Amino acid sequence: MGCTAVNFNTIKYFFREAFHSLIRNSWLSISSVGIVTVSLIILGASLLLVVNAEKLAQSVESSVEITAFLEESVGTVDRDELAEKIKSNPEVDTVEFVSKEQALREMKESFGERADILESLEESNPLPDAFRVKTKQAAAVPATAQKIEEMTGIEQVRYGQGVVEKLLNVTRWVRYASLATLTMLTLAAVFIIATTIRMSVFARRREIGIMKILGATNWFVRFPFVLEGIVLGLTGGLIAVLVVDLAYLSLMDKLKISLPFIQLVSEPRTILYILGSMLGLGVLIGALGSWFSLRKFLKV
Amino acid sequence: MIQFYNVSKVYDNGVKAVSDLTLHIKKGEFVFLVGASGAGKSTLIKLIFREELPTRGQVMFNGKNIIRMKNREVPHMRRKIGMVFQDFRLLSQKTAAENVAFALEITGTSGKEIKRIVPEVLEQVGLKDKGNLLPNQMSGGEQQRVCIARAIVNNPLLIIADEPTGNLDPGTSWEIMKLFQDINRRGTTILMATHDSEIVDNMKKRVIALSNGCVVRDEESGVYRCEL
Ligand SMILES: Nc1ncnc2c1ncn2[C@@H]1O[C@H](COP(=O)(O)OP(=O)(O)OP(=O)(O)O)[C@@H](O)[C@H]1O
Ligand SMILES: [Mg+2]
Repeated sequence: MGCTAVNFNTIKYFFREAFHSLIRNSWLSISSVGIVTVSLIILGASLLLVVNAEKLAQSVESSVEITAFLEESVGTVDRDELAEKIKSNPEVDTVEFVSKEQALREMKESFGERADILESLEESNPLPDAFRVKTKQAAAVPATAQKIEEMTGIEQVRYGQGVVEKLLNVTRWVRYASLATLTMLTLAAVFIIATTIRMSVFARRREIGIMKILGATNWFVRFPFVLEGIVLGLTGGLIAVLVVDLAYLSLMDKLKISLPFIQLVSEPRTILYILGSMLGLGVLIGALGSWFSLRKFLKV
Repeated sequence: MIQFYNVSKVYDNGVKAVSDLTLHIKKGEFVFLVGASGAGKSTLIKLIFREELPTRGQVMFNGKNIIRMKNREVPHMRRKIGMVFQDFRLLSQKTAAENVAFALEITGTSGKEIKRIVPEVLEQVGLKDKGNLLPNQMSGGEQQRVCIARAIVNNPLLIIADEPTGNLDPGTSWEIMKLFQDINRRGTTILMATHDSEIVDNMKKRVIALSNGCVVRDEESGVYRCEL
């Protein structure tokens, strides 16, 4: 940058110039902000949708567990050994022993008022001892179940064969679809915002040419534009964040009353991440969009 | 101050605008560049300014080879040159004073300095009371004065003017030429491309005539002489 490294006068000029240009081209500025806002609202809303879909998928998946029934002959020592063996599989998260007594109790509970049907079973409980195994990933359930079944001392393994595979298929597709939608929407937002900035730069290419002829460095030409892009991105991002946040909060309130069994993602951290990334994306596209749109016109 | 050594310029479309041209211009000279339309005057000017790079040959300005110059040095080289154009090239949303101030902002001059220098320069070009006007509120002659003020405000070593009077009536043209003469008397080198034979014939300055990209005549106190 030669002798004009960082000059306070120049910095003052940058801010003044960016501000003036925003005012001077107010129509373009307003429509740019509008476009940034709309793109980011769509993106933010789909992000929330995706996060909620993911939460749903996770809760469905976490309910999937393997029940491994033990053979009658397995004693306490063998049982502990077996539990260790199951646990040694890296896919396995928890192994819980369920005695036949406990199994019966649970069964009674699930029968509720009609538990008296089971009364006769008290004396000679036909239910076997079992392990309840949870895997870290739902997708690992079928393979893990198979491995457990092959162990000696295990009579039978159940995990909702067939249903689980279908369920996993569904959740996998939900994830793929979310990822694809998000990628496309992000690209669309980047494209639209960058195009808007390109237009505003194009409208001022004559000005840029004059600046270069007067001996302005590329930096000097570029900086007010980049600053302008950041302001546009930030403004649009803030409005979008506000709209999405308010809309989501009121949706949560409404659902709590009318559909209480639907649990929306409400961890402040997740929501903050989403809103933050919307804002960040707005600013980033604003800055980078200006930067790249200018490249062509700086070659004078 | 300016040296061309066997410079040729062929544009991308194959047009040979300057061919094997060698030329020297000394500090403090006042040089007219004449020649028919398409002779290569504007191209020659663009080569000095490094708006275009030559296809062959070397160009020196102020002791520096501007062809070998790094890209980031170009802006600093350009600040030593003041440009004046036939179409003025003023920023249309800025007033006369702001247009002049703009050239100072580029070099990082402080606001205080700018406030001091701009009125002085505007007075020098005879626009003392017109600093607050926008370009479209001014006559062609006045706009050209703003352009000249902008060109001289950074105290350049060289002023290059490409047909500065091309859009002006004869009376106004003479006033503008007087300004250039003043500037030249203070030691600034001036290179001016023009079609105005009356001005060239009356000023009795060095005249370089181009034809098909070659120097066909180079004389002190020369005349325009249309037919070559
Ligand atoms: N950017 C360009 N690309 C291709 N050819 C060009 C370009 N600029 C100029 N030329 C060609 O180069 C030749 C010289 O042009 P130049 O502008 O230097 O002429 P000039 O002497 O300034 O003419 P005028 O008096 O009309 O301004 C012309 O034939 C022109 O068509
Ligand atoms: Mg020309």
